[in-house]
Amino acid sequence: MKSLVPLIIAGVLGLAPSLASAAPGSRLWATGGVTSFEGAAGGGLTPWALIAGYDSSQQWGGTVAQSTAHLQDYTLNVTAAAVSFDNRVELSLARQRLDLDTLGGRLSMDTLGLKVRLYGSALYNRWGEWSLGIEHKHDRNFALPSAVGARSSSGTDVYLAASKLFFGVVAGRNLLLNADIRATKANQTGFLGFGGDKHDRYQPEFEGSAGVFVNRQWLVGTEYRQKPDNLNFAKEDDWMDLFVAYVPNRSLAVTAAWVDLGAIAGLKHQNGPYLSVQGSF
Amino acid sequence: MYPRLTRTLLAALCLCGLGACSSMPSASDSLYQQLGGKAGISKTVTMFLYQVVDDDRINHYFAGVNADRLQKRLTNQFCQLSGGPCHYGGDNMHKVHAGMHLTDADFNALVEDLILAMEKRRVPISAQNRLLGKLAPMHAQIVGK
Ligand code: HEM
Repeated sequence: MKSLVPLIIAGVLGLAPSLASAAPGSRLWATGGVTSFEGAAGGGLTPWALIAGYDSSQQWGGTVAQSTAHLQDYTLNVTAAAVSFDNRVELSLARQRLDLDTLGGRLSMDTLGLKVRLYGSALYNRWGEWSLGIEHKHDRNFALPSAVGARSSSGTDVYLAASKLFFGVVAGRNLLLNADIRATKANQTGFLGFGGDKHDRYQPEFEGSAGVFVNRQWLVGTEYRQKPDNLNFAKEDDWMDLFVAYVPNRSLAVTAAWVDLGAIAGLKHQNGPYLSVQGSF
Repeated sequence: MYPRLTRTLLAALCLCGLGACSSMPSASDSLYQQLGGKAGISKTVTMFLYQVVDDDRINHYFAGVNADRLQKRLTNQFCQLSGGPCHYGGDNMHKVHAGMHLTDADFNALVEDLILAMEKRRVPISAQNRLLGKLAPMHAQIVGK
């Protein structure tokens, strides 16, 4: 009997790390953000500097997500997945489909994303967290984009993102601020191709978001995304949303939003509800 | 450009603002008082240490540590940080944790245990956040040393 004790202790010590590595990593709740429609960790419409999942030191993490938006004349569906390591790098893949409910037909593209945390921590560093990302996008249907003046069926965006959490600053609640500067040639984020008859060069665009943690499970906020206007046939608007994200634990996140995507391909006032469900591992 | 959305946004902000304000402490309410004074802080620290001891991710660091002394030191530290009439007499954070080679994962686990302890003690969210805001910058002195 007596000789069992060291064995049990050894067993517990040996088992604990392997159990811990099977569960989502040990970052704090909600610090993996949610999955943006382009696949990167962020809000709904913009990437954040945060790395997907909950991995910290030497851990692996990842997410899968399904998102949908129902606009006046379009329906957006996104299936996305990301893997991340060491709270340092994030590799994401997303397939985006835009059903043209009024015009007829469907636009579809794939986005491969890579994000690297360059510096800092949104929670613990006074200068916040800084990441550099690229998103390579490829249109799976190019007939319509090319007919309306797009120059290329694929393109690569590069963005620099900064995120910081401010503890207890809004009525004692934590405030999360994010900003991106993105170089892009994409028309309607790539659904209508890259470059156009009006402009065919990289332009810097600003993206920003602000969210308040009502408590550690509920984040309420808004996002804004500037976009280029490269095509003569129709004007392109900036995007924005109001969102509520519910992150009950490190496995699940549900985001509901009201998105306003302005005019798309000549059809004005495209707004409507957005819903995204994310699982983390 | 977005009159409808702007109105919705304003309405949403007002609602959130009102909701949050009603649970906000008055300006005279210091963090120290919100944490329940020294007695409240001491209970929270005890709960915190129970959480840590239960946490297989990091409890091995605390094997053989004098729990009484750690409890008193942490209580005095949190008390002083929150503006209370206490003096933390221990060494600085860098010196205390030097040689432990603590990782981000360790630090996150400890912060999580503190949050869970404060929730169990029903510390108001605003006080939780303000205390965390005072501890978060210590990360640089504690991790990787
Ligand atoms: C903001 C985070 C932290 C704060 C404020 C903090 C604070 C303290 C304080 C006040 C002491 C007592 C110092 C003394 O006796 O003079 C202490 C000791 C200790 N800390 Fe931390 N600590 C933090 C993070 C961590 C982490 C992440 C770990 C490991 C997971 C850790 C492990 C220890 C251990 C094992 C001791 C006991 C040292 C001993 O008595 O030999 N600490 N800490």
